[in-house]
Amino acid sequence: MTGAGAGAVSTGGEPRRRPAGALGNQPGGTLGTQAGGGPSTPLATQGPRATPASPGAGTHAVVTHGLVKRFGDRAAVDGIDLAVPRGAVYGFLGPNGSGKTTTIRMLLGLILPSAGDITLLDRRMPEGSGAVLPRVGSLVEGPAFHPYLSGRANLARLDAADRFADRRTAARRIDAALDRVGLLAAARKRYRAYSLGMRQRLGLAAALLAPRDLLVLDEPTNGLDPQGTREVRHLVGSLAADGATVLVSSHLLSEVEQMCSHVGVMREGRLVAQGTVAEVRSAGAQATAVVETADVTAAAEVLQRMGLAGVAVTPTGVRGVPDGVPPEAIVAALVTAGVGVRGFTVASPSLEDLFVSLTGEGFDVSG
Amino acid sequence: MSAAEAGTGLPVQHPRDDAALPALPRPAGVLAASWRLLRSELRLILGRRRNQAGLVVLAAVPVIIAIAIRASGTDDGGEGLISSVTSNGIFVALTALTVELALFLPLAVAVLSGDSIAGEANLGTLRGLLTVPVSRARLLAVKYAALVVGALIGVLVVAGTGLLVGGALLGLGPTTLLSGTQISLAEALLRLGIVVAYLTVGLAGLAAIGLFISTLTEQPIAAMITTTVVATGMWILNAIPQIAWLHPWLLVNRWQAFADAFRDPVFWDTMRTGLLVDLGYAVVFGALAWARFGTKDVTS
Repeated sequence: MTGAGAGAVSTGGEPRRRPAGALGNQPGGTLGTQAGGGPSTPLATQGPRATPASPGAGTHAVVTHGLVKRFGDRAAVDGIDLAVPRGAVYGFLGPNGSGKTTTIRMLLGLILPSAGDITLLDRRMPEGSGAVLPRVGSLVEGPAFHPYLSGRANLARLDAADRFADRRTAARRIDAALDRVGLLAAARKRYRAYSLGMRQRLGLAAALLAPRDLLVLDEPTNGLDPQGTREVRHLVGSLAADGATVLVSSHLLSEVEQMCSHVGVMREGRLVAQGTVAEVRSAGAQATAVVETADVTAAAEVLQRMGLAGVAVTPTGVRGVPDGVPPEAIVAALVTAGVGVRGFTVASPSLEDLFVSLTGEGFDVSG
Repeated sequence: MSAAEAGTGLPVQHPRDDAALPALPRPAGVLAASWRLLRSELRLILGRRRNQAGLVVLAAVPVIIAIAIRASGTDDGGEGLISSVTSNGIFVALTALTVELALFLPLAVAVLSGDSIAGEANLGTLRGLLTVPVSRARLLAVKYAALVVGALIGVLVVAGTGLLVGGALLGLGPTTLLSGTQISLAEALLRLGIVVAYLTVGLAGLAAIGLFISTLTEQPIAAMITTTVVATGMWILNAIPQIAWLHPWLLVNRWQAFADAFRDPVFWDTMRTGLLVDLGYAVVFGALAWARFGTKDVTS
């Protein structure tokens, strides 16, 4: 395991401790603990998987080791090591069919792993589900409710199933959950009359019936209109601010970029990248210097002389990967060479570029 | 986390690290919690229009029988249940039970079994329940209890409607048994209670089969049809004399022995064996359902 803060992408290897302070938008500074003894524990000397159950104990809400699920002879999930730090908003990314939902089902004890182990809030799953799942709110693969019951009656049914839920406070908690997702006005309507967005909201309300330490939300913004999407983002933010850890799977990258502190990227059953957004981004596709100019040939020469990689001509000028060359030096060299510079930017790759570079360009679903 | 703390350069301790899992509220006892879930389950079953319509169908049979007898108005003093019907409302209930035992009551149990696990899997609500969490053992136990209560309600509706409508149209009073002796109305009602209990246990055996089938599929209709086929198939096998050796092992074989409760004195032997067979089916198929459901991957 490399030391915390190395900023590299963990490629299906060890769960990575995030470096302290790398999370600009984290609530309450609670993530400071994720440094996990970064300063004191000699992580670098720790052999891989030396203590399978302990990495992340206390500091991580979700840890898996070598998690595998085979359906027949096809591995839907092929040996992944998830590490979701406590307090993080973890974006779980991947194309359709890459194994996200299968992983989430295993985390929640709905299906049994073929191999590997899972620790959820410091308890082994699925053995500890009775103690752990009451603290976990989840929305798995879209909302599912009884069509002929009202939204409120559906929540009442789930509440009745919960040993930890107090019957006397049920009505109040159900209305509070409905209110939190903006569904109180439609509480008495039958579920079958709900729009997709309302159904999704009811699914979120079900996850919020009790106070939670961990929320596992599978595509929570599916079917929501832009306002609804924004509300979900705010909801996730407020849950995280209350100290909950949120694991949210999505394929809407802009959304993940806006609300997540950490990401994990799945591809064909494997976790191809994991870490803070900054770590994953810096280790993935590199920043590109874009020069807007009419003197294309001269500019390209300068960039090549400066040692930029992948210099290419664009419709408005040239571009290249600085690869450590400071931008101000590039600009100075261009000016010295008499290139008429109209514009100069160093563009960080968007998460989308990164996602495509990690998971491939193809349109076909994997598997 | 204050800036001062952070400024020390020491790892900031999140409170959660000390108490890895903050105390949850005290859970309700397993029995109390299961009782609450069972009531929710029954509300779901009884609130469903299709099931209400099913109850109406079950209740229609004794009504039709009572009206038919009243309309024909014959009392030829013949032998057997049907002719006894004409003299007393209570026999309307017994006749209706005999008639409905062949198809309607098993069908009702099959319908509820189909919804039980397969129906929840089909809707996707099963994953919601399991992640609440409800342990699979508790869910299966509550589901089975709900099926048995559903069977009891079905039998009660048939017997109760027969009693009410039969009593209204044909009168209630001291009952003449098949053996010729007379018993009081109270005694007759007690014996009707025995009949209801006996048939409920018989249907509980079928419910265990239905529950097991329901864990095998995500299609409630498939589970319902299969359970109906099993019940009807057993009636057919029971009617083929060449395989008489098989008959004692069939679940339905002694169901009609409920009429023994109206002999004088009550003839228990067949019913006692019948109960053992019913319980045997319940245990075997309950165990199979658990073996299947306890480890089943819920992918719906």
